[in-house]
Order: sequence, then C-alpha cells, then structure tokens
Amino acid sequence: MSALRPDLAIIAREVRATARVLDVGCGDGQLMAALRDTKNVDARGLELNAHDVATAVSRGLSVIQGDADTDLAEYPDGSFDYAILSQTLQTTKRPDLVLDHLVRIGREAFVSFPNFAQWRIRFAHMFGGRMPVTKQLPHLWYDTPNIHHVTIEDFRSLLHDRNIEIEGQWFLSGNKPRADRFANLLAQHAVFKLRRK
Amino acid sequence: MALRMQEDTRFGLDRKTRLLGPVRLDSGAEFAPVDIAYETYGALNADKSNAILICHALTGDQYVASTHPVTGKDGWWTRMVGPGKPIDPARHCIISINVMGSCMGSSGPASIDPTTGAAYAMGFPVITIPDMVRAQALLLDHLGIETLQAIVGGSMGGMQVLSWAALYPDRVKSAVVIASTARHSAQNIAFHEVGRQAIMADPRWNNGAYYGHEAPSSGLAVARMAAHITYLSEAGLTEKFGRRLQNRDAKSFGFDADFQVESYLRYQGLSFVDRFDANSYLYITRAMDYFDLAEPHDGVLARAFAGTKTRFCLISFDSDWLYPTAESRRIVHALNAAGAAVSFVELSSPFGHDAFLLEAPEMNRIVDGFLRAGEQS
Repeated sequence: MSALRPDLAIIAREVRATARVLDVGCGDGQLMAALRDTKNVDARGLELNAHDVATAVSRGLSVIQGDADTDLAEYPDGSFDYAILSQTLQTTKRPDLVLDHLVRIGREAFVSFPNFAQWRIRFAHMFGGRMPVTKQLPHLWYDTPNIHHVTIEDFRSLLHDRNIEIEGQWFLSGNKPRADRFANLLAQHAVFKLRRK
Repeated sequence: MALRMQEDTRFGLDRKTRLLGPVRLDSGAEFAPVDIAYETYGALNADKSNAILICHALTGDQYVASTHPVTGKDGWWTRMVGPGKPIDPARHCIISINVMGSCMGSSGPASIDPTTGAAYAMGFPVITIPDMVRAQALLLDHLGIETLQAIVGGSMGGMQVLSWAALYPDRVKSAVVIASTARHSAQNIAFHEVGRQAIMADPRWNNGAYYGHEAPSSGLAVARMAAHITYLSEAGLTEKFGRRLQNRDAKSFGFDADFQVESYLRYQGLSFVDRFDANSYLYITRAMDYFDLAEPHDGVLARAFAGTKTRFCLISFDSDWLYPTAESRRIVHALNAAGAAVSFVELSSPFGHDAFLLEAPEMNRIVDGFLRAGEQS
C-alpha cells in the first residue's frame, strides 16, 4: 500500500475500526482501501470521474459514479458512522449544502480542504497581483476545478452559521502537522471532524 | 476433479435436459415439461464455489463463447468470456442457458406440445423474466450448484440478473448488470409493439400456426430492423453511414436501398430471420414488456432487495437511449436504500446500447476487478 496523502492519513487514523463510512469524492479509492484493509471498515464511495470509479471498483470497493452536489440527497439520515469529504469541498457548486448533507448522512463527518489564506497564497496575490498558482493549488484561474476557494476562517464561520460543531481539527504545512496557532495564516491544509449540534 | 467433470455429461458444450418439475409461472399456471438448452465452460471446483451464470439478451442464446450452430459465427460475448478474459474458464465454471421461450433448444413456441404432437405456437404460455429465472434455478439444481459466485448479464440479461437477486438472494454472491433496467418504459414497450405488429401483419404469420409452412420472415425482418435502430445511437449511425449512398453515385428516385443505412438495416433484418423464430420474438418481447421488478413490492424497488447480501455492480453507457443511465441510477438508489454493496459507473461510448457487446476495455477492467474481489471473500 502506498503512503496516504497526509490529510487522508489523519482521517484514516481517526476513523473507528469496523465503522460504516461514506467517502464523498473518493477518487480511485485510496482512503477506502486503507480503511478496509487496516480497520475492517465497511466503506462506500461516491466519485464523479468514471476512470477513478473504474479503478476503485477494480480494487474491489463499492463506489458509485455520481455528483456530491446532486446525489447526496438520496442518502438517508444517519446511514453512516462517518461521511468524509477530502479535498472536494472547494470543487462543489454549493459547498454549504454539501456540508449540510455530510453532517446529516454521517453521525460524524471529516472535511479536508486547502487553505486559501495560507501566507504564500496571500503573498502571491498581494505582490503578484494575479490569481495565485502554487504547489498545492497548481491550476490557472480559468481551468481550476476549485471553484469555491475557502479559508480556515471562512470555514469556521460557515460551521457557526450552520450550527455544526467542531469535534477535532488538524492543520498541515509542507505535509507536516502544525499547531493551531495562526493556522489560517500558516497552514496549507486543514482537516476538521464535525458533528451536527 | 477435472477428470470427473469430463465424465459428467451434465457439463460441456451444447447440453440439453428436461427439468424434473414444472415451472410455476407468474400467470398462475404450472408449465411442464420444460426443456433447457445450455452450455458450460471450465470445471466446477471441489466446493462448487466458482460457478458464474451468464444471462443472454432478447435474441441471444447459450453460445456465449462457442461457435453458433446456425450462423457459424463466434460466440456473442467472446470479449468478456474466454481464456484471459474477466470471465475465464481457467478460473470459473461458466454456465449459459437459453431462456425459456426462445428457439435455440429450450422450450418455446416452436417446441412440440406433447398433448397435441404439434408445435405449441400461440398455445405456449405467456412467460415473464422471473419465469425464465425460475427455470434457470431448476437447471442449477440439476447441475448440483446451490450458490453462484456471480451472475452477469447485459440488456435483458441484466433483467434476469436483477430477478435472480430478488428471487434467490441467498444463491447469488455477486451480480453484474450492464446496460439494463428494472422496468420496461412506455417507450421500450412502444418499440416492441411495433415489432410484434410487424410480425402479426405478415399474412404468413397465420396466428402463429406457421410451423411446417413458410415463416413470417418479412414481418420478423421489419421487427428486427426497428429494434436494431434502438440498439445504436444517432451519432453512431451518422459516423458509420452518414447520408452515403449504397453502391451508386446518385439517388435512384425509387425505393431501392439508396442509402447505406437502408442497406445495412435490410441486411440485419434478413440475416436475423435465418436464426430466430417469429413467435419466440413475440413471447420474449412480451416478457420484457411485463418486466417491472418493483411491481410486486408496491412500486418500491428497494423492497425487492431488502436485506440482500449480494454485491452489485452496474454499468451503463452514455449513448444508450434504450436503457439510459437514469434507469441504472434508479436501481443504484434502490440498492443504496436497501443498504446493499453497490458499485456503478457510466462509461462513454458512441455505440449506444450495443456498446456492451463491443470492445470496451474499461468495462472489462471493472468486471474483472469486481469479480476478483468477490472471489477473495
């Protein structure tokens, strides 16, 4: 098994063994496979990209091709122990509604996203005067899948408005964990564990 | 074990057996005797856990991966079934069964009614997809196979797979449903009715009593032509034929097959009547039209799969307008609601419904991985 992306490694560590998990935007199923193989988790996935779905299914995973923006409404309340959305929130049309579904479908939810307020991005914007292109956000403004850039502070404010409780939070810079202090300025990625109040 | 299999005459190419009991039909009747023609490839393993049933489509047959006795052509799904393919006789005991109602050896309207000594013709009972499946289950009893490692089918074959999973959930570990649906739509029924009326409008049909006389091949050919259009896509037809003329430089200002697409359809119709019985076409299209898996469950499809432990894999094709992706999604949602382990993917192809019979490496990759994962557990 290849090493998990750092945000996925955090989620994989935190998920309880034998839990039921829905991975929204599961890609080729790397996290699902890790959860199945190391924690005997019953994982289901949703993924937009047909080729990724094919790869995940060929790994023996149960993955449905679908769209987080339209298909989450089909899942009943509390049908999973965890709903996971990793590096996908910023690509959805309505991140707020997707978030509502996550904490409805999962008794708990994990959300990870790239932090658009990290200092390199601020720096590039302020002094370059152009939309930032960095290692973690390598796309140009016109072809980026990231249509809703979000910062850690924006996300916290949305959670507050939506009455969603933070059960845990982890921050990464340069793929290494870092302290909560000044996370909005210094962290490249954030992982939140959430629950509806 | 392999040696014993060779001696066991129940297994092998071109088999046929008479089922021991009657088949209880959805119409309420009990039908007997029922002959079932089938083939098997590969050996059943010691614990009988490697059996895979392939279900064929409307005009398909048991010759999945062996030469067709009438046309002399290769089997209809050699891209999926065979050495080195996802369904492989080296690993699996593969069973393919000619559906009841068909004309390739299983009991159908052309079979002899023992009470009259003549062909059943329209005296054959109207059957359903679940009836076909019940007959298949009796054949598996005869083969001594209790549990199927997997059932795989496209189009009407997929309907049989879904019926199997609903009727005999404990006998099916994995189910692969390709380019199929859980119910026939008004449009599906409408196209079939055009085909049936074409057959019945042929004077040689004679209310089905044409055996021993000339068959209603004109009507059957028209039925096939109309149906064949639904198996393709507009883009596919345009790419293959466009408005190109057939063996001529200018329009004839007549009603010959001026266009290549006309010539192609006429050929499809004519070659079909050599290998298929018109009454079988009536009965099997009827069975498909009657198919609605949710109907016995107050219209709630999820209830057809309540508590199922079967793993499901559904595949649709984006240019398939006969059984479009929305129908597969409906099944996926029902399976999700029933808590079943389900995978689904829509693949891209310009070839319409027929895509599942053609070269589709992505489809093979998915089916291969899905089946192998089921073999591990």
